[in-house]
Amino acid sequence: MANPTTIHVSVVSAEEEIFDGDAEFVALPGESGELGIYPMHTPLITRIRPGAVRIKVPGRTDEEFVFVAGGLLEVQPDEVTVLAETAIRGHDLDEASANEARKQAEEALRNRGSKIDYAKAQSELAIAIAQLQAISRQQKRR
Amino acid sequence: MAGGKEIRDKIKSVENTRKITKAMEMVATSKMRKAQERMRTARPYSTKIRNITGHLAEANPEYVHPFLARRSEIRKVGFIVVTTDKGLCGAMNTNILRAVTHSMRDLEADGIQSDVVPIGSRGLSFMNRIGARVVAQVVQLGDTPHLERLTGPIKVLLDAYQNADIDAIYLCYTRFINSMAQEPVIERLVPLAPEKVKADKGTHSWDYLYEPDAQAVIDELLVRYVEALIYHAVAENFASEHSARRMAMKAASDNAGSVIDDLKLVYNKSRQAAITKELSEIVSGAAAV
Repeated sequence: MANPTTIHVSVVSAEEEIFDGDAEFVALPGESGELGIYPMHTPLITRIRPGAVRIKVPGRTDEEFVFVAGGLLEVQPDEVTVLAETAIRGHDLDEASANEARKQAEEALRNRGSKIDYAKAQSELAIAIAQLQAISRQQKRR
Repeated sequence: MAGGKEIRDKIKSVENTRKITKAMEMVATSKMRKAQERMRTARPYSTKIRNITGHLAEANPEYVHPFLARRSEIRKVGFIVVTTDKGLCGAMNTNILRAVTHSMRDLEADGIQSDVVPIGSRGLSFMNRIGARVVAQVVQLGDTPHLERLTGPIKVLLDAYQNADIDAIYLCYTRFINSMAQEPVIERLVPLAPEKVKADKGTHSWDYLYEPDAQAVIDELLVRYVEALIYHAVAENFASEHSARRMAMKAASDNAGSVIDDLKLVYNKSRQAAITKELSEIVSGAAAV
């Protein structure tokens, strides 16, 4: 049976786990205002805006702050999960970055320049390695 | 036989090459471990999304999101091809690009066109060279994959899928089996296979309160889930890249080592032959007198 005075909270992003622990209370910036979650809250899924997630950890007077760039909140009776974004999202921002990606593809097709120095050094090393490979194969045949 | 100085120079040059390949081998080993760690930390997010989406899909069977619906007719598909930026990683890029090219040719034989989103400079230059239709790209990811660099190009493909410009998206990357083995894989990303959206635990009696509504939440979740799957493929490709490079550099160092041994033998023989020649000249000169 879950301890009714605390609830397990985890804040995860696609890249890493940001917070994992027990809490007496969690406050989050919901879309239409601040949300406060106590243990045994009704199951809920909602979006949260970029801002600070305040976590009241048992045994500490100060609150833990976790800044998230928005995301999704999932509340289960014994567990709260914040699926945090890694960067600020929004319909217009996403649209802009998709357009940017399309433009970059067209540009890349037009100017196929190259980073000459590094590529040259790499190719020289690759040639040296290939020569060594050829020599060692030759030796094995002897 | 070649002169002593020439052989000494050759030995020096091969020794230098070996120093570089040994250093690259060590760097690749440490980068591989970091990449494996990144794969591990990314897992809780996608597991969570999969579980929530699974519950939602079961609780709302009437709403079938386009990402889950199979299309009866396939006219064009999209390929997300994950390769590396740098080379010297053995046959890794060659293998995945060969597999993708085969798939594209097979589809072309059935009259199905392909759009490509290469991730990684090797894939980009290959696709441009063979004249594939590149609709977006991601290069110079560096050592760490960052999701925000992937979201733009991913959206280009997902928008095309939603607009029915393309009817399926395939994700092609190199799976990291262990530190000595990697294999190229091509998986269908969208439409999502049913087992990819299955929740772990059994169903529970309660249902969520959705804000604003179940459909909007499912829409948002599925986009995030697809992005997480792509991110995971990119993170895994990094691990494969560093382990492939480690193996390639190790083989190169070993080859260099055996070439150095052989050259040293030749050098010593030539040195002894020169001494012997000098001695026998002196002796025969003395005998003539």
